Amino acid sequence: MNAASRPRRSWSLYDLRVRAILYQVLLVVAVGLVAWFLISNTTHNLAARKIASGFGFLKREAGFAIGETTLISYSAADTYLRALTVGVLNTFRVSLVGIVAATLLGTLIGLARLSHNWLLSRLAGGYVETLRNVPLLVQLFFWYTVISDNLPGPRQALSPLPSVFLSNRGIALPVLHAHPAHAWMAAALVAGALGAWLLARWARRRQALTGLPFPTLAVGSALVLGLPLLVFLLAGAPLHVERPVLRGFNFTGGMTLTPEFAALLGGLTTYTAAFIAEIVRAGVLSVERGQFEAAYALGLRPPRAMRLVILPQALRVIVPPMTSQFLNLTKNSSLAVAIGYPDLVSIANTTLNQTGQAIEGIAIIMAVYLTISLSISAFMNWYNKRIALKGATRS
Amino acid sequence: MKRIAIWAGALALAITWAGSAFAQSTLAAVKAKGYVQCGVNTGLAGFSQPDSKGVWHGLDVDMCRAVAAAVFGDASKVHYTPLTAQQRFTALQSGEIDMLSRNTTWTITRDTNLGLTFAGVDYYDGQGFMVPKKLGVKSAKDLNGATICVQPGTTTELNLADYFRANHMTFKPVVIEKLEEVTNAFFSGRCDVFTTDVSGLVSTRGSRAPNPADYVILPEVISKEPLGPVVRRGDENWFDIVKWSLFAMLNAEELGLSSKNIEQQLSSTNPAIQRFVGASGDIGKMMGLDDRWAYNIVKQVGNYGESFETNLTPLGFDRGLNRLWTHGGIMYAPPLR
Repeated sequence: MNAASRPRRSWSLYDLRVRAILYQVLLVVAVGLVAWFLISNTTHNLAARKIASGFGFLKREAGFAIGETTLISYSAADTYLRALTVGVLNTFRVSLVGIVAATLLGTLIGLARLSHNWLLSRLAGGYVETLRNVPLLVQLFFWYTVISDNLPGPRQALSPLPSVFLSNRGIALPVLHAHPAHAWMAAALVAGALGAWLLARWARRRQALTGLPFPTLAVGSALVLGLPLLVFLLAGAPLHVERPVLRGFNFTGGMTLTPEFAALLGGLTTYTAAFIAEIVRAGVLSVERGQFEAAYALGLRPPRAMRLVILPQALRVIVPPMTSQFLNLTKNSSLAVAIGYPDLVSIANTTLNQTGQAIEGIAIIMAVYLTISLSISAFMNWYNKRIALKGATRS
Repeated sequence: MKRIAIWAGALALAITWAGSAFAQSTLAAVKAKGYVQCGVNTGLAGFSQPDSKGVWHGLDVDMCRAVAAAVFGDASKVHYTPLTAQQRFTALQSGEIDMLSRNTTWTITRDTNLGLTFAGVDYYDGQGFMVPKKLGVKSAKDLNGATICVQPGTTTELNLADYFRANHMTFKPVVIEKLEEVTNAFFSGRCDVFTTDVSGLVSTRGSRAPNPADYVILPEVISKEPLGPVVRRGDENWFDIVKWSLFAMLNAEELGLSSKNIEQQLSSTNPAIQRFVGASGDIGKMMGLDDRWAYNIVKQVGNYGESFETNLTPLGFDRGLNRLWTHGGIMYAPPLR
C-alpha cells in the first residue's frame, strides 16, 4: 500500500488507479454513445415521418380554454407558453397546499398512533393501513365521485354559513376586496415575524447565559398577529367582502374551490399523510426510552420534553424519508389528469396533442418536474444538515 | 396509462432503427404478422364498442374489418387498440397501429404537421351541445357562463373556445380525458353542458344517460367535423388500400351490392359489377391485393348503408348528410375502374 501513496508512472492494467480511471472513461463513453444514438435516431425518425419538431409552437396561439388558473390570467387567445405556465402554477398550488396539509395531518395521526388511548391509537392505525393500501388513483376517483355525485347543483346549493355555498360546482366563498391597506398589513406581518424570530434568538441566548426563561411564544404571537391588526385598525378597518351570488348557471364573484382541486387535494393529502404518520411514528420510536425518562427526571413536562428533547432527535430520522414523501406528493399530483384538474401534465398533454409534438411536450414535463424535485430535495437537504447532530454529520 | 402510451410512442420513435421499420411497406408488414392493428375509440356506441363477448362493433370498426377483408380475404383478422383522444396520433406515428379509425376529424394541421394522412371521410359530422332538459336552455347562445364538459386534445375543445370567443361569451371547461369519466361528470351534474360531435352526443345519450329523455341536443351545429380513417404519411400503397376499402363500401351501396346479394352478382353481366367483384380487370393487383378484395369487403362487412343501418340506425341516428349523393347526401366515391 506504500506504493500507492507515492505517485508512480505506470500505465499497467494491474494498477488499481489506472483501472479505476479506465472504467470511468468507459462508462462515460457508453452513456454518451447511448445518448447520441437516441438523439440522432429520434431526429432521423422524426424527419423520415415528416413530423415537425422544435419549440416554435410555444409562441403559437393555444386556442383551448383552461378551467382554473392560479395567479396569472389566461384566455384561449394566449400562447401555448402561457398555457403551460398556468399548468406549472396549478401544479405548484396543489403541491404546496398538499405538502403543508399532509405534514400537519400526518404528524397528528402519527402521534395519535403512539397515544396510550386505545381507541385513538387503533383508529390512527386503521387510517394508516387503509389509506396507504388503496391505490391513489382509486382514492381520487372516490373523492371526485363523492363531491360531484352527492352535492346538489348550484341552484339547490347547500349554504352551511352565510355566503358560503356548497354545490357540485365546488365551494363558493366570500373574499376580501383588495384594499391598499392590505398590502401594508402583509408588510406588518412580515415585520412581526422577523421581530418574533429576533426575539426568540435573544431569549434563547439570555436563557443559556442566565437561565432566566422568557415567554417567547406569547410575546412572539402578539408581535406576529398584533402588528397587522394595528395597521388594520389605523387604516380604519377597511373590510369590503365580495360575496358569491348565483347568476345564471353558476356562482359569480367571491372565490370558488373547484371539485377537481378539492378532490385532488383531499386525495393527495390523506394518502400522503398515511405515509408521513408512519415516518413520524418511526422517528419518535427511534428515540430511546431513556431519553424520555431523563427529560422527565430533569423536571420537564411532557410537551416540553417532546419539543426540547425528543423531537430534535426524532427529526434526524424523520427528515430524509419525509423528503421522499414531499417529492412523491408533487409527482403524484400529475394523476390530476384523471379527474380533470388542469395541472402541468394535463395541459402539456393537450398541447402535445394539438401540436403533435410529443417529444418536446414530454421534455417540458420532465424538465419542470426535475426542477421542482431538485429544489425540494435541495431545501430538505439544507434543513437536514441544519438539524443534524453537530459533529455527527457524515459526508 | 396514457402517459405510458405516449412514453412508449416517444421511446419507439427514439429507438426504432431508422432503416428497418420504415423501409418495409406497411402492407408487407401487415401480411407478415397476419393481422391489421387498428386503433379505435375506447367505447363509443355505434362507432366502436366491444359487446359482452368482447367482439368489437361499429362503423369505425367496420372500416378496420373492411381493410382486413381486402388484405387477407378475412374480415376477422384485426387486432384492436382502444385509444383515447390524446393517445391516438402518437400510436399511429410510432407504428404501434397500422391505421386509425376512431371518429377523428380531418383538419389541415393534422394532415400536415403530424406526419399523417386522412384516407377519406366515413362520417360527416358537426359539433353540438347537449344539456339537461330541466335547465330550460333553448339555444347555444344562452350558454354564457355555463360549465362545459369536454375531452382534451380534440378539435371539439378548440371549436368550443372559438365559438364562445366569437359570440363574446364565457364558459368554464371541465376537461377529462376518458369518455366514461367525462360523461359521468356530465350526467352527475358537474357540468351544465356536454359538447362533442353530434354523433357522439346521440350515441352517449342513447347508451349512457340514466334517462335519455331528460337530455336535449341544442339545434346549433357549430363546426364541420368530417370523420375518417387515418394512416401514416409516406406509404402511398397502404394509403390507397385504406382509402379504396372505404370507397368500395360506398360504391357497393351505389351499385346495389350488399352482403346478401353479392354471391349472385358474381355472375352479373354489368361491367361495373364485373370489375367490382374481380370477374374482369385486375384492380386488386394494382394495389398488391387479391382481385376479389372488394367482393370480400362486401361479402363479409357489407356496404356502407348496411354498416350504417346495423350500427347507427338503432341508436336513433339519421343518415342526413351521410346519404349517398344519389339520395341527396354528400357521400360520393370515385369510380372503381
